Amino acid sequence: MLDIQQIRKDFPILNREVNGKPLIYFDNAATSQTPQQVIDCITDYYTIYNANIHRGVHTLSQEATDAYEEARIKIQKHFNAAKPYEMILTSGTTDSINLVANGFASLLKKGDEIIVSALEHHSNIVPWQMLCEHTGASLKVIPMFESGQLDMEAYTSLLNENTKLVFCNHVSNALGVINPIEFIIEKAHEVNAVVLIDGAQASPHIKADVQALNVDFYVASAHKICGPTGVGLLYGKESWLNKLPPYRGGGEMIDQVTFEKTTYAGLPHKFEAGTPNICGVIAFGAALDYMNNLGFEAIASYENELLEYATEKLLAIGDVIIYGSGAKTAVISFNIENIHPYDIGTIVDKLGIAVRTGHHCAQPIMDFYKIPGTVRASFSFYNTKEEIDTFIEAVKKAKMMLS
Amino acid sequence: MTIQEIQDEIVDEFSMFDDWMQRYEYMIDLGKSLPLIDESLKKEENLIKGCQSKVWVHGEMEDDKLVFTADSDAIITKGIIAILIRVFSNQQPAAIIDANTDFIDEIGLKEHLSPTRANGLVSMIKQLKLYAIAYQTHLN
Ligand SMILES: Cc1ncc(COP(=O)(O)O)c(C=O)c1O
Repeated sequence: MLDIQQIRKDFPILNREVNGKPLIYFDNAATSQTPQQVIDCITDYYTIYNANIHRGVHTLSQEATDAYEEARIKIQKHFNAAKPYEMILTSGTTDSINLVANGFASLLKKGDEIIVSALEHHSNIVPWQMLCEHTGASLKVIPMFESGQLDMEAYTSLLNENTKLVFCNHVSNALGVINPIEFIIEKAHEVNAVVLIDGAQASPHIKADVQALNVDFYVASAHKICGPTGVGLLYGKESWLNKLPPYRGGGEMIDQVTFEKTTYAGLPHKFEAGTPNICGVIAFGAALDYMNNLGFEAIASYENELLEYATEKLLAIGDVIIYGSGAKTAVISFNIENIHPYDIGTIVDKLGIAVRTGHHCAQPIMDFYKIPGTVRASFSFYNTKEEIDTFIEAVKKAKMMLS
Repeated sequence: MTIQEIQDEIVDEFSMFDDWMQRYEYMIDLGKSLPLIDESLKKEENLIKGCQSKVWVHGEMEDDKLVFTADSDAIITKGIIAILIRVFSNQQPAAIIDANTDFIDEIGLKEHLSPTRANGLVSMIKQLKLYAIAYQTHLN
């Protein structure tokens, strides 16, 4: 059992007020808040051992390099990658996806097919569209049901010997639905296609085991897992990372440079050109320590309790439509009949509650439901049932004012 | 009335409200009151893009005055549009170009003019001014 009141003390931001009301932060799917332990780690870095890594022999550089590589190992262990160098440190999920998409530019040809799901964050569809434009490959889409679940039968029928790559999120950001990635990976491998799973939304709730999943690539962002912004990871199987060409040229990623020829450094440095977000990576390690200390099972079970509680209370208001059902993370994407989500978001913000409104970068899903957007409340382990009660009152008030 | 006079009048009206709830209830009522634009004008060319709520704006000259109609699919946005139309519509283009929007701050709705708000109001005001500039150029 988590001691939520104790945990809340770790998050200084939860003490602030918004519009004269105590902040209620229900936009965790966009970014999570940062515990004092991670903030302290950032402060320590800049006050004690800020230095460039992998370059200097002096003490500070050694300390920073050690801390950075220790963080990589924490990230490796967390996702259970076989080797530390299979964890490429990037600036985030978007960056990681682009790295893979870019690498495949030289491996695909006309006639090849890429499959993506209908539930993607649309900024993540763009790299694949660009890749298709560049290589002449074509993009296929796994359709979704009204429930927000992906149609696995349709998926299976899309697979064939031309399928080279399958891209799907582990959890949908707009609906919070958990996708059957085990099945998706297994079926893709039957036709020798590569699978990249976007774990940005799953990683705060589910500890993915990349070896057990047998996934080829898995990506996530630190800022959704209590870590800092601008840091993320790309897990890749060693064999695939060796096949992909480097993404960006620069310092750190080279072995030998002459004007005639440059040989590239080995993994992971081949993909980590330039000075990385050293402090951010170290702080990401601290964030994973923090979360693992609480335990992902305890986190998921408490968040699920919040989800069930909020779902029941919200439906009791009446005229509430919730999008996405089945296995979900602690996300409720909803609308009130005949009221624009933007109006609800505006009123609840006035009451100190942060929720997301809009299309959540998933326009195709909104088009599917024929709605302009939804209100999305996403919970974290530091949220409480009392906060949900306040939120429910706010939604009731908004409904009353707006209808 | 001049734009300034109308703005002063609105500031006066809003000063009677005690809190944000009353201000918002008033705007929601304004938003509900009328369709502010002819259905046929709710077309792609009049739609302001990139906003969470849809905003349509249309302007045309009647004698020497520029008349605006506009609408939104979100009711609070529509309420604010109603206020903007009351201020800017039926004025000479030159006056619209010169007008400022400080009154929005004074009536406690400044947050809606933050560019990050993505409700289209900043773009809408820009659009009103662009109409005025276009007609002004045409007049000269
Ligand atoms: C499913 C999913 N993928 C990718 C991203 C993008 O992550 P980042 O902005 O950290 O690159 C997000 C963030 O909202 C997301 O929810």
